[in-house]
Amino acid sequence: MTTIQCTINGRAETIEAPPMKRLLDVLREDLHLTGAKEGCGEGECGACAVLINGDLVNSCLVPILQVEGARITTIEGIAINEQLHPIQQCFLTEGGAQCGICTPGMILATHHLLAKHPQPTLAQIQEGLNGNLCRCTGYMRIFHAVQQAAGAAK
Amino acid sequence: MRSNVSQYELIAPGSLDAVLQILADSPDHYTPIAGGTELMVALGAGKLLPRKLISLWNLRELRFIETTPDALVLGAGATFTDIRKHHILAKEFSILAQAASWTGSIANQNRGTIGGNIVNASPAADSPPALLAYDATVTLVSTRGPRTMPYSDFHLAYKETALEPDEILHSITLLRNYEGYKTYIRKVGPRNAQAISKVALAGLALVADGVIQDIRLGAASLREYPARLAATEETLLHQPITLAAIATARGAILTEARPIDDIRSTAKYRATVAANLLEEFLRSL
Repeated sequence: MTTIQCTINGRAETIEAPPMKRLLDVLREDLHLTGAKEGCGEGECGACAVLINGDLVNSCLVPILQVEGARITTIEGIAINEQLHPIQQCFLTEGGAQCGICTPGMILATHHLLAKHPQPTLAQIQEGLNGNLCRCTGYMRIFHAVQQAAGAAK
Repeated sequence: MRSNVSQYELIAPGSLDAVLQILADSPDHYTPIAGGTELMVALGAGKLLPRKLISLWNLRELRFIETTPDALVLGAGATFTDIRKHHILAKEFSILAQAASWTGSIANQNRGTIGGNIVNASPAADSPPALLAYDATVTLVSTRGPRTMPYSDFHLAYKETALEPDEILHSITLLRNYEGYKTYIRKVGPRNAQAISKVALAGLALVADGVIQDIRLGAASLREYPARLAATEETLLHQPITLAAIATARGAILTEARPIDDIRSTAKYRATVAANLLEEFLRSL
């Protein structure tokens, strides 16, 4: 076991865990932050995506020891004071979520994309979300949601 | 089946010197892990064999991209995102930037490192063909000091490299002398991003008055490791680009390639596509 200190959704956390335990499992099992989902467990689907120091990463591929001192944002940290974040609102309004398994990762990928490209082209949206698989929507409604979110942020 | 994570040791000494000292002193072999985009997949699948790992992630001494008037030096810990963001690299080493852009998703590019891509030694890896075409040199480091070798000598056999157990890959050096060269890179797979290639070819050529003055070809999935195609290059050097020269080069690459049948493709398909890619490159010159 090892002791790791990091900040999760703005809160300082001290975690006791085996150093190779996946960040995803620490979030879900130890901290009960179950928004990040396990899809493939091999970095293909993006359902477990979170932000580490602002960078989009798949939490299933991060050993907990490597987040020592890092700032982590999960879907639970995206809403602002109990209000949906504009990205979340746009996914809701545009029908960008159906079963919801991919949605936390989609929203974090969108957050990361809009931080880099506040007014993304469709090609930039497609690339920004290319590591997030959805088996419900066919993606068009998700792309519309991202375009709406970019507009809402103006 | 999922691995039991409590059976694995991971240490993060925090400096390159400390890592090298542990690799030199420890009677047990530690396996380096950087962004985890390869080894953590194995862990998730219950297939990670090494039980003792040492983290190289975010080590300042490895995560850099430096330029001098003559060279661009990539620290082994530079991520694919770092590579894509670097303006000089994008301009002067465009096929490496292109390869970085189709290495996995954005999330994996934020974690995957160029050093990991090389040391993992997959014959299908995305960045090696471009590095081979640019005639990269690699610097390996241990407590015994650094040593430098051509990248084309780094891979010895399938998944076997020149690294000694106490050594790690420190950096990759690319000389900035490709002005006027024509470039080519193409990956053939189910799709470009986030799919492992069936075959890939990278090429650089300097042509004057229709005659090839210099040519370098790097390939993925044509041999048991990423390989320069020296014999094919040889048939093209100092030749005018004619249909006959293209036919000869197609014959040479079919002889030099040693592809295999596996889950992603067949040897026959790989060899034929490699010849087609080479022809596409030569016709573009």
